[in-house]
Amino acid sequence: MAHILLRHRDIENIHELDVYLAHGGYEGLKKALSIQPDEVIEVVKKSGLRGRGGAGFPTGIKWGFIPKGPGEKYVIINTDESETGTFKDRELVEKNPHQVIEGALIAAYAIGARTIYNYFRGEYMDAAYRFEEALKACYERGLLGQNILGSDFSCDFYCHYGAGAYICGEETALINSLMGNLGQPWSKPPFPAIEGLYGKPTVVNNTETLANVPPILVNGPEWYTSMGTEKSPGVKIVCMSGHVERPGNYEVEMGVTYRQLIEMAGGMRNGRKFKALLPSGGSGPVITEEALDAPMTYEGLTPYGSVMGSSSVIVMDETTDMVWAALKMVHFFRHESCGKCTPCREGTFWMEKVLSRIYHGYGTERDLQILESVANQIGGRCLCALGDFAVNPVLSTIRHFFDEYKAKVSGAGQKQQATRETAVATAD
Amino acid sequence: MSDLVTVTIDGVEVTVPQGTLVVDAAKMIDNDIPVFCYHPKLKPVGMCRMCLVEIGVPMRDRATGEVLRNEDGSVRLNFGRGLQTACTVVVSDGMVVRTATQPVKDAREAVIEFLLTSHPLDCPICDKGGECPLQNLTMRYGRGESRFDFSNKILLDKHVPLGELIYLDRQRCIQCARCIRFQDEVVDDPVIDFHNRGRRLEIVTLSEPGFDSYWSGNTTDICPVGALTTADFRFGARPWELTSVASVCTHCPVGCNTTLDTRREAIAGGRSVIKRVMPRQNEWVNEIWICDKGRFVHHYADAPTRLKQPLVRKNGQLVEASWDEALDLVAGKLQQHKTAVAGLAGDRLSNEDLYLFQKLFREGLGSNNIDLANRRLAGGDVVAQVGLASGSNLKELGAGDAVLVVATDLHEEAPVWWLRVKQAAERGAVVVVANLRPTRLDKFATHRLHYAPGEALSTIRQLVNLAKVEMETADSDPLAAAADALIKAKNMVVFYGSEGLTYEETDALARLLANLLLVKNGEGHVGRPNNGLIPVWPHSNTQGAWDMGVHPAFAPGYKPVSEPGLRATDIYAGVADGSLKALFVIGADPVGDGLMADRGQLDFLVVQELFMTKTAELADVVLPAQSWAEREGTFTTGERRVQRYYMAIPPIGDSRPDWQILAQINERVGLGKPAFAASLVFNEIAKVVPQYKGMDYRSLARVEKQWPDVGGEDLYYGGTAHENRSGLGQQWACVAESATVERFDVAEQPVIARDGLQLVRVAALYTSGTLIEQSPVLHHRMARPTIQLAHADATALGLADDDRAEVTVNSVTYETAVRVNEQVPAGLVLLSGVPYIAGLTTAQIRKLETAVAQPTGD
Repeated sequence: MAHILLRHRDIENIHELDVYLAHGGYEGLKKALSIQPDEVIEVVKKSGLRGRGGAGFPTGIKWGFIPKGPGEKYVIINTDESETGTFKDRELVEKNPHQVIEGALIAAYAIGARTIYNYFRGEYMDAAYRFEEALKACYERGLLGQNILGSDFSCDFYCHYGAGAYICGEETALINSLMGNLGQPWSKPPFPAIEGLYGKPTVVNNTETLANVPPILVNGPEWYTSMGTEKSPGVKIVCMSGHVERPGNYEVEMGVTYRQLIEMAGGMRNGRKFKALLPSGGSGPVITEEALDAPMTYEGLTPYGSVMGSSSVIVMDETTDMVWAALKMVHFFRHESCGKCTPCREGTFWMEKVLSRIYHGYGTERDLQILESVANQIGGRCLCALGDFAVNPVLSTIRHFFDEYKAKVSGAGQKQQATRETAVATAD
Repeated sequence: MSDLVTVTIDGVEVTVPQGTLVVDAAKMIDNDIPVFCYHPKLKPVGMCRMCLVEIGVPMRDRATGEVLRNEDGSVRLNFGRGLQTACTVVVSDGMVVRTATQPVKDAREAVIEFLLTSHPLDCPICDKGGECPLQNLTMRYGRGESRFDFSNKILLDKHVPLGELIYLDRQRCIQCARCIRFQDEVVDDPVIDFHNRGRRLEIVTLSEPGFDSYWSGNTTDICPVGALTTADFRFGARPWELTSVASVCTHCPVGCNTTLDTRREAIAGGRSVIKRVMPRQNEWVNEIWICDKGRFVHHYADAPTRLKQPLVRKNGQLVEASWDEALDLVAGKLQQHKTAVAGLAGDRLSNEDLYLFQKLFREGLGSNNIDLANRRLAGGDVVAQVGLASGSNLKELGAGDAVLVVATDLHEEAPVWWLRVKQAAERGAVVVVANLRPTRLDKFATHRLHYAPGEALSTIRQLVNLAKVEMETADSDPLAAAADALIKAKNMVVFYGSEGLTYEETDALARLLANLLLVKNGEGHVGRPNNGLIPVWPHSNTQGAWDMGVHPAFAPGYKPVSEPGLRATDIYAGVADGSLKALFVIGADPVGDGLMADRGQLDFLVVQELFMTKTAELADVVLPAQSWAEREGTFTTGERRVQRYYMAIPPIGDSRPDWQILAQINERVGLGKPAFAASLVFNEIAKVVPQYKGMDYRSLARVEKQWPDVGGEDLYYGGTAHENRSGLGQQWACVAESATVERFDVAEQPVIARDGLQLVRVAALYTSGTLIEQSPVLHHRMARPTIQLAHADATALGLADDDRAEVTVNSVTYETAVRVNEQVPAGLVLLSGVPYIAGLTTAQIRKLETAVAQPTGD
């Protein structure tokens, strides 16, 4: 099957505008410009496209929230791809940038925005150069700027580079950062669709989400819904990493099972035995063997207490110490907590301290209770989702691998020297 | 839909206005939902998570919109997925809130436990201990013991100066951002912010000098822990040792309500001294804020240089004398020179002092030669007619209303008025500023009228002429557009000052502005609450001086006198030429302010003062008075609110309150037995001054429940401001409230040809003066003499930024710093940090080659 999103894998040099145009590039935009903005939103609604950043909110409905009528509005592309084990947007903006630009232009046309911002993860400098070149080419050919393709639609496009904060992938923190403020989320409402960037209605879409839009416009919503499942139609890029033979991005139809994904990635590394996987980077609860035949859809992992998220699948084999894995994740979230709300700021710090103690063999039974209790004190009480993400690896590993924790605190395990990374984790 | 919604909180129904937050609705029925980051004067952010509660809303059928019911007929409620923050959720009809359930209790306990993991728990040495929301809420909702391993605590800097006025204890900070949000949202000085993230989140100052704001002290009040403290109070006392006494600020005409917190001090020899000044809630005046001048300048009351004994000149020397000797001498000399006597008063004195002072001259000596030592702003008589109507509250101005601000820089002259006008603008009021130059209020103004030097009156005259009800709208002329916006406003308040104007010009200005208010658009803008004229008086009780008849032409209550006496300028001339023989100066320093060269040909000079001023040094008798903190009295604000203040500390030395000294002199000149209490003097005022009829010390002390309820006994706004238990004051009614006021005749002012660079003295809050000099804590912030001018004008004079210049005005020379500022209109020089100079003068500026006088070395 030819790729729909990762088209560069089929067509060489599609990052060049001429190549992209020669292969049906900007046809989706032309199609969109030929119909009314409301009709564009209707098409996207019908396609069932859902947010690929992880939350899975229906894209067309999100666009529909934007108030009609005059006034400044904004489209923001969220390329602040910071979830552990996620690298799908990077490939898109670097190798197939025009499809993202085209999708964003269609979004801008649909909601009546005249300005698009792409919020890049700051570390993606190589991808950014490629992307900026693509923008330049668009301006030169009248695909950006005044009267795009001879229509009444005008739109400017700016890139902004983040300063290295995971939290800026959260849409309100992203908007704050873009406005020059501290990258901290705000308590919704107000929702960005009503009061977003500079207080104006704003749509924030994931990069991959927007890359889906041009083919939907060209081929129609029925084509899109013919792929995937009823509630999770279409295709998805899956980031396979961890203990598999061939880590990397894979474009699949929604609904494939996690077992199929591991096979696609060449199976378990060195033929070792599967132990667990993180289906959504660090932020989703771990799943075990029992859930491998669940379909990769927004709802597929609900029975197993987990989520598809951004489908950044981190596979772990039998050699993995699950306490170590939990510590690693908690360290990440402690480091990335913005500090705005109390449970996340103080709780991630505390969890890391306790986990570190347990991992290094200095923990007690009471520490296990404290760890679980602290995690429960954070979950569901924070301003944004980061707090909930931070407790997922802890609570899910306790649920599935309690024996390993038990072993650590029973004195059976050897007391360990702090390794570089765990030492760093507890130093500040 | 009605404007009210009914919600049920823990089974209690409460009906509140739409848009009310759940936390406030609960507060109205005395259900205290604990908070840290929320404050009713700030926008909610929902970040501390302390106020988590269960919130249920009625479920509705999606198709019909009808409320769904359970089988038993009760409304089906949707409590969402979890707890919600009561500080961010707005009430809706039928909402049910549960604040006492187990999940809520658990959440509160959890947040307290989390906050304490990084808190140093140094309550025993913390300034906030005893009035600390964190301490209070921990006692109330905490789990009693910590599960956090103490060795895991992070140690952070505990003495971080954010400037020299405010210190930060990083360990105590709970990152609630109340201070940051206050600086940004309330006072538009976003000079502090968070730096870093997560547990390393810390407050830093972004300005140079650090925490550069006139409002910084307020952040220490609203800080819910002891993280922010003021330089002059930190480690100074424990809150429970303090005795709180209600007072009124004496530094500008706003009349902010304050509380003087006092304590006996070993280093003061066991005397009770002022430890700190805090705002006292008065939603009609200052809400819960005060500026840093009001907070930090109090140190003069305890200054060692205070006068303590009456002094009488003997053999050319001022020597200590008894009160009787001094008072006998003063009474005798004044009577001896009855025909050639004059009195000059300062306008920081209380109404009681001022009343008795004029009584001494008018009734005791038969003279109308009485005036303020430095009269800057005219129009008291106009204000008595069309002043801001009683019952007004600037907080009520908003969309549909208008505020006109003429010839004043409110931010420097009356900071709390600036704040209230700014907030009116943010609520949608039209703000029109008219001045020679841009001021900080311009940012919030809808219309900015910058007139050329000398054109203030003609501009305002034009504005008044254009303000006609039937005028065409959408005029492109900015003046016409401003006039249109003003006249069509539902309510209009006009502030006026004297920047760049002479006294005579301010008189014409007041009358012109009164005529603007009198233009009838339906009702006209006088005599109704939230309408009328507010003079930006130079001092705290200039209004009282007008009311009490400290004026050569007006007796108390604005009764014109048949034979007006000498004005201050004439008095200074009379002192010089010998036509005056005796002069009584009270609470003023005309020699120090450059108004009077020396004692001239006076036979007798008596000065009643706190300090040995330049004038006092020349006196025959010096009478030591008490500062406002040692005595009681009343001040009248620019909004004509009469406010009472109370005795907070014992007198310094043998000093007496001004009114008592005057009463004792009055007795000696034959005016009968002296009143033995300030309240009795006030009773006499209430009889003599019609405007004060019906007021007494009891009515001035009346209070009522104020909203938001922040000064009360609750566990979390406790330290924010003091509850007002001592009086909200009373506004006196102007004439327009009960009678028709005719348009004022305005004398044409001579137009003076303006050649060359024009110099105008502009106000700076911390301009050097007798009182501020005594507060070392503010010395770094003092406004040094500075000129500001546009680039082209500077270049023409060979001046550049950071140069030094010599500026000569009215034959006084100042050495000033030079600031090139493109905001200054061409042709204008702004001179600040020097005593008041009336009107405009032609600038005489010379560049100083040696930048700063170098120390000569040993």
